[in-house]
Amino acid sequence: MSEITQEQVAHLANLARIALTPHEIESLTSELGSIVDNVAKVSEVATPDVPATSHPIPLQNVYRDDVPGATLTTEQALAGAPDHDGSRFRVTAILGEEQ
Amino acid sequence: MATAKLMDFDKALELFEPVLGFEVHVELNTKTKMFSDAPNYFGGEPNTNITPVDLGLPGSLPVVNGEAVRYSISLGLALGCSIAPSSRFARKNYFYPDLAKNYQISQYDEPIAFGGSVEVELPDGRFFTVPIERAHMEEDAGKLTHVGGATGRIQGAEYSLVDYNRAGVPLVEIVTDIIYGAEKDAPELAKAYVATIRDIVVSLGISDARMERGNLRCDANISLRPRTAPGEPPAPLGTRTETKNVNSLRSVERAIRYEIQRQAQILADGGTITQETRHWHEDTGTTSAGRPKSDADDYRYFPEPDLLPVVPSAELIDELRAALPEAPAIRRRRLKQEWGFTDLEFQDVQNAGLLVEVTDTVAAGASPQAARKWWSGEISRIANARNAEPSSLVSPTDVAALVTLIDSGALNDRLARQVLEGVIDGEGSPQEVVDARGLAVVSDDGALIAAIDDALAAQPDVLAKIKDGKVQAAGAVIGAVMKAMKGQADAARVRELVLERASAD
Repeated sequence: MSEITQEQVAHLANLARIALTPHEIESLTSELGSIVDNVAKVSEVATPDVPATSHPIPLQNVYRDDVPGATLTTEQALAGAPDHDGSRFRVTAILGEEQ
Repeated sequence: MATAKLMDFDKALELFEPVLGFEVHVELNTKTKMFSDAPNYFGGEPNTNITPVDLGLPGSLPVVNGEAVRYSISLGLALGCSIAPSSRFARKNYFYPDLAKNYQISQYDEPIAFGGSVEVELPDGRFFTVPIERAHMEEDAGKLTHVGGATGRIQGAEYSLVDYNRAGVPLVEIVTDIIYGAEKDAPELAKAYVATIRDIVVSLGISDARMERGNLRCDANISLRPRTAPGEPPAPLGTRTETKNVNSLRSVERAIRYEIQRQAQILADGGTITQETRHWHEDTGTTSAGRPKSDADDYRYFPEPDLLPVVPSAELIDELRAALPEAPAIRRRRLKQEWGFTDLEFQDVQNAGLLVEVTDTVAAGASPQAARKWWSGEISRIANARNAEPSSLVSPTDVAALVTLIDSGALNDRLARQVLEGVIDGEGSPQEVVDARGLAVVSDDGALIAAIDDALAAQPDVLAKIKDGKVQAAGAVIGAVMKAMKGQADAARVRELVLERASAD
């Protein structure tokens, strides 16, 4: 069985800014546990000579030339914003700090 | 804000060993951003240099800037690092509106460069080896302006405005290993380290490296550990603080010194250090508590699924290694010789962090001694008075132009200082200031001769002495002429003319 706990699910929900009810936390804990267990099965068949991969497609070094292209106009950029002030996006005051 | 109690620096060093670590962010000066083809330019009209990728709009996909990868490899090599045969990008997840995606694309477990070291020269000429843990590629964030509240800072702000022009600008973050053994030199080492990184990226030509513009930013980590008796095992590492927002070489030094004194006092009083970020305040020379380390630091990194691994070929690495410029330490030795500076002159320039400025000023046509004189003299004096970095006040090109005006006789030193002030105050190039303020030395001999004849007529006794061969008496006449010309004359030329006129009579 996996070691996913309700505390972990509550913590992740908080980090992801998702409000969960106690009932949801309970069911998600069990569902996440099953998912982790199923993924863990892969480890059983992986032998040491199989390198871990983050990409299923055998591609690498896909680069762009350093040449400027078209940019959005400020109007386009702000078009989808809930609020703006002049040419800048306006957001509610953040009680945190810059990262 | 309560003022923190500070222990005397020497006393703090007697009781504790400072342990350091630095994270330096370098903005690369590629033409486009890290993952989009928006121009790599910010500071102008907000939200003009952005693409759907920089706004994290649905359906947009990042593509790596190949030039930024080459720059990063060059920097890694210059830091003595190994280049990873394969490295990849990762998402650093956090909610903050400086990036619209709710994550920053960075590198986590597979940085492009790792395991290097940098030779840093201390003010007394000794070298200190700073170990480099890693250098990784990432993207810069947008710029927030907090509106409302008393001071424009985050606390008390009513809302924030966001400009994403800087979002996606290519960054390399250089992380040191834990640095032991700096001891009383810790503040100077901190400054010298950042100056060395600046020298390296400038010599590579991969960053504009202007600290006052945020092209180069330093987060300084420091902790103290109590000293133990000889033979006893060292005490465990103390709790560290991370001071952010340190945006000048001088501030790096001051911030480290301040934190050593602050932490030492707390520990000596039986208190504990809170692990937190601290903000540096340039005006007061103090730090204040920022965000405590907490759950929010759980970034849930995972491999960036939209980007492919970076696998630089051995040929590319060899090519970039062969193209590396000479290391700053070696370059310094060469420059000192080429410029013909004494040890003292050279150290003054170097300790003031003015090597780049003097180099560029010499490259722009000034003599080394003139470049040194202006940067370490008048420009540094004004910078000190205004609490600014000398490099932020005036460009090397303008200083060279000023020196050229002096050499041509168009300006004397006194006028040149006025012109310099005009340039610093944004009145234009030296020539433009000279024209606008009408500051040029009067080179019209006719005007000078008229003033000289007046002065000689007013002081017949002096005239007599000069005629008797007592040329030192000419000083009084020269003074009167300079005064009449409001200082806008070349004193040497006035002297020549005075002697000429006196003997001509």
